[in-house]
Amino acid sequence: MDVVLDNLDRFAEGVATTASLTVLSWLGAFVIGVAVASFRVGPILPLRAAGTVYVELIRNCPLTVLFVVFFFGFPSIGILVESEFISAILVLSVYTGAFVAETVRAGVNTVAPGQVEAARSLGLGFNQVLGLVVLPQALRSVIGPLGSLFSALIRNSSIAYVIGLVELTGTAFQLSVESAQFVPVFTGAALAYLALTLPTGLVVGVLERRLAIRR
Amino acid sequence: MTAALVGDELGPRGRRRVLVASVVAAVVLGALAAVALRRFAARGQLDAELWSILVDPGVVRFLLGGLGNTLKVAAAGMVGAVVLGAVMALGRLSRHRPLRWLAGTYVEFFRGFPLLLLILFLAFGLPRLGIRWPLFWYLVLGLAIYNSAVLAEIFRAGILSLDRGQSEAALAVGLTVGQAMLLVILPQALRRMAPAIVGQLVVLNKDTSLGYFVQYEELLRRAQITGTFDGNTLQALLAAAAVYIAVNLVLSRVARRLEVRQRRRYGGAIVVAGGPEDLVAVETVAAKPR
Repeated sequence: MDVVLDNLDRFAEGVATTASLTVLSWLGAFVIGVAVASFRVGPILPLRAAGTVYVELIRNCPLTVLFVVFFFGFPSIGILVESEFISAILVLSVYTGAFVAETVRAGVNTVAPGQVEAARSLGLGFNQVLGLVVLPQALRSVIGPLGSLFSALIRNSSIAYVIGLVELTGTAFQLSVESAQFVPVFTGAALAYLALTLPTGLVVGVLERRLAIRR
Repeated sequence: MTAALVGDELGPRGRRRVLVASVVAAVVLGALAAVALRRFAARGQLDAELWSILVDPGVVRFLLGGLGNTLKVAAAGMVGAVVLGAVMALGRLSRHRPLRWLAGTYVEFFRGFPLLLLILFLAFGLPRLGIRWPLFWYLVLGLAIYNSAVLAEIFRAGILSLDRGQSEAALAVGLTVGQAMLLVILPQALRRMAPAIVGQLVVLNKDTSLGYFVQYEELLRRAQITGTFDGNTLQALLAAAAVYIAVNLVLSRVARRLEVRQRRRYGGAIVVAGGPEDLVAVETVAAKPR
């Protein structure tokens, strides 16, 4: 394990990159996901259609392909983001956003119809019904699945290595090639990923118990 | 599509507002599409020849070969994952504590492990340890290990979803534990798991693109080679993306159709995996009393 202990600073840097990449991409994915889910349950047909197309296309496309298209394909139509970090946030947000949208929509479906009817009969408009009554309940009922998506995002962020962003996986790979000691380095990386995903699971569990709606 | 959230009939004013909003949304979306197309056109990326190279017989054969490699890896990975996953599921349900513990550790460890890291380790680490295989097998092994952890959870949920009476009855008529599993439990459980297993196949099929990292010539890698060679990287990559999406859409449809059919047939007692991608939220939908 000497390689790992001697290079703890590089590992820490990799963990920090992975963590910040995950959190920032999650913010983007959450905004996209809630917006698209709202489109898909709303009465405006073009938005519903656009939401469906977005979700179906992105969900069925491998993340690696999205990264490669964005980074190697888009420059030829003049879309070039210099920073690998920002590129990775954009791609991960768009990818995870599709899954967040599906999850939130599943949550909306769990809200009892009576809630909507009651809100409507109080005179609330669509945006108020959605924002004040339906979404708060919907989000609370899908905290568990959203938490799993967050852990999946931690793991998926490793694919950003394809565009040259050296996060935890990239650090581990480079270090193992330099030192030719694959087993200890990869074990170290595995433990580092566990150190990121396990607390996530705990926090999600607590949130779920606190916020779950008992019916 | 789900029904619109606003369940009641809209009045004349509401209908008018929805109509106006629809027109505005359509115009905005149309404008966005136009901007995108103009970007393509302005940079000469809509030129017929950049796209027509893609249907050149040589290029088509090359890309189809890539798709073939992708599907081969996916198929071999799935077979491996099913076998390993079945072993791990049986281990987790075993009567012997050490077996349960071992299988449980395996499943928890590999579920939380980025697949890319695993594949890089296998493809670059194993040769150092003196294990030299063709690239294909490193990729298959990585996919099989990761997905077996996921499938083990699906299998376990499927087996546990059966009524206890099934195994009790099987044991009561004198079958051994193994026979009961093979002849009574698994045939029933497998049907309940079918949608979840096909759903996992979509995830596995997407993950084959990780072969790109280890220079395995699957579809994505070959698309990039074509693009570099013919100077139409964007077009070749978009074509590859379209193929991935088409294949996975078909698989997703199959999974959904299976799910609907099973729900009808078994009154809801089926295993549902995930929803959102590889996150392994395996649950059994409770059976409604029939």
